[in-house]
Amino acid sequence: MTLLQSENPPIRELTSTDSRGPWPRVRYRGSLRQKAEPYLLVAPTVLLILGLMVIPIGIVIGYSLMDNVVTNRSPQFVGLAHYIEILGQLTFWSAALNTLIFTLGSVVAHMVIGLLFALMLNSKTMARVPRAIFRAIYILPWIFTAAVVAVVWRLLLDPSGVINYVLTTTGVLAEAIPWLATPATALVTVTVINIWSGYPFFMISLLAGLQGISTDLYEAAKIDGAGVFRQFSSVTLPALRPILYSMALLDVLWTTQQFTLIWATTGGGPQGLTEMLSTLTYKLAFNTYQFSMASTSAVLVLVASLTVAVVYVRRHRKEVV
Amino acid sequence: MSKDAHSTTRRRAARISAAMLVSATTFLTAACSNSGGSGGASTQKVELTFSQWWAPEMPSGALQRVIDEFHTANPLISVKLISAPFASLQTQTISQAASGTLPDVVGLDGSWVNPLYKQGALLNLSEVMKTANYDPKNLASQVGFNGSTYMIPVVNFVYPLFTNDEILAKAGISKPPSTWSEFESAAKKISQTVDGVKGWIAPLGTTNPNGAQNDILSWAWASGGSMLKDGKPALTGNEEVRGAVNLVKNLVESDSVVAGAANLQEIDKVQNFINGRVGMMVDSLAHVTTIVKGNPGLKFSVSTQPAVDGYSGKHGIVTASWGIGVSAKSKHPTESWKLVQFLMDKNANSTLATLANGFPGNTTAVPDFTGADPHFKQAFDIYTQSKPVNEFTGLPSANQLMTDFLNEFQKTTTGKSDVETMLSQTQKKWEQQF
Repeated sequence: MTLLQSENPPIRELTSTDSRGPWPRVRYRGSLRQKAEPYLLVAPTVLLILGLMVIPIGIVIGYSLMDNVVTNRSPQFVGLAHYIEILGQLTFWSAALNTLIFTLGSVVAHMVIGLLFALMLNSKTMARVPRAIFRAIYILPWIFTAAVVAVVWRLLLDPSGVINYVLTTTGVLAEAIPWLATPATALVTVTVINIWSGYPFFMISLLAGLQGISTDLYEAAKIDGAGVFRQFSSVTLPALRPILYSMALLDVLWTTQQFTLIWATTGGGPQGLTEMLSTLTYKLAFNTYQFSMASTSAVLVLVASLTVAVVYVRRHRKEVV
Repeated sequence: MSKDAHSTTRRRAARISAAMLVSATTFLTAACSNSGGSGGASTQKVELTFSQWWAPEMPSGALQRVIDEFHTANPLISVKLISAPFASLQTQTISQAASGTLPDVVGLDGSWVNPLYKQGALLNLSEVMKTANYDPKNLASQVGFNGSTYMIPVVNFVYPLFTNDEILAKAGISKPPSTWSEFESAAKKISQTVDGVKGWIAPLGTTNPNGAQNDILSWAWASGGSMLKDGKPALTGNEEVRGAVNLVKNLVESDSVVAGAANLQEIDKVQNFINGRVGMMVDSLAHVTTIVKGNPGLKFSVSTQPAVDGYSGKHGIVTASWGIGVSAKSKHPTESWKLVQFLMDKNANSTLATLANGFPGNTTAVPDFTGADPHFKQAFDIYTQSKPVNEFTGLPSANQLMTDFLNEFQKTTTGKSDVETMLSQTQKKWEQQF
């Protein structure tokens, strides 16, 4: 075999002062075409990211600084006026509080229910066939789209629906409750629906995590005299912690942005008690055509999401290292 | 690797990169570019785009057949239909107007006209009609600003009172109510005497807040009232509006209305009526086909919406329209107007109205009732004797006005507010929108 030199071989220079070790720094001394090649390779991705993410986000930030856009043919720069205005509005804080309750309730319940079902499906006490059946049943909510989930639950929760029928005929309730239309129950109800539709994702991920825990650890814990609860707190939970942490952060991001489910079940009502930041932003844009205020609201949600995303990335990087 | 092979691989990589770059650029350019009609001289074939939600609501292929007739009459114009459901078309139309990519001819709802007009996205049809020497005397109505037309209603849909004959008979009511007190009494009687049935259904949810116009303010309009004065909100000190709000509030509080009104939508109204769980509803005549298909044995009547006791004037009847407009950025305004003119022509307009189960926007056109459900003829007679009304058409942020109205109304039914406070709070919110 003959080793042939390339047309323009790279010239390797040893840099002894390199703190990372005596590795050669590669320097290409090629033609313009060769120099452009790596840039050309990443250009499609860069272009797409620019076109589909950076520019739209930049436009939205720009919109939030104008007096009104889209419906105004010559918008004027108003600086942070919209931020001051929206942060002084009760409706914004009310939507933010509803979003917080909805998100925290959903994430915690997703985690608890997902973990319980994952533990059950991972249990050696359950035979293979029922385990497969339960796995299929438990995962069902996840395969429905948000719109289907909303329709199904609206029917179930209707005053003449199945849930009210069961509760009234068994004597739990004296009369049917319009769960989604009653101010006292609406927010809890949409949170429950979201919990139902989202727990399988946690369940599947945690089940995969559980299956990856070595049985040696449990055997060693048993020898040390650890009971079931001690095994769970000292072996299972620490092993699942990285998954739980990552999943929780992702779920916070997803749930904060939930729109379809809220829109299709309550539309933010009754009396704005299920209004979320996502529905408020939509209404500002397409009900009142205040696109600058909608952009301001969207930017604030983006900042909150970015904060969570930065935490997630840092955490993920630590885990990888 | 050989020198040639290395070089070939590099060249291939560079070619692939270049191809991807070109594709990405093309994709982005296509995404950002104006998708308006193609250019060309008047002797060349012109392609128009026409966005609407009508096709999905008509029998399959019906709108295309009407457009094919237009093609036959205008061989140099080709119309490409862009069909989408109503809800998604609203956001799509506003976004397209903002980006300057509005189709040449646009299907419009009355609530979209104001923001589109403010965006400068719609062509002044008064000027176009003048240029084309078109006499608008046969148009049933026009929607405009500052004396100029920007939307023409093509087909109108009326909202009469639907009554379930069997349920009314069970409650001992011999004929549909014609006054507010008769209606209130009938709703209460049905709820109290017929097991598992409520007298009335009023969807007052805010996902689609049109319950404010169809189920509350319609009572005021039916009695000759108005929610506006000189084009501005006039809810406070308004007898008809206060009366309408009190009427609905009393019915909700007396448990004569299907529970969960604050979360119901228009489709829930139709479903409950089909299933015989409600005695009366105010609904679009367009749903007659759905009702007949859903429950072929159901005996029901349509009648004028009751007016306040003692009212002797012409009854107002809620209408919703399939409107049409032309993009201000259309490269083919003349051809676009030809399409609008064709759809407003007596024959085409009759066909459209018949297919849509609505009433024509051309006053000389008459829907073909041959083989149609008898309720349509009955409703057409009501339509011709009533005054079509929808005061939300053309108002700024019509959806938000209705949402504000409903949110404040819901507070009155849960004891958080009284009717006077509700009206003054809504008035304040509306004034901000205006």
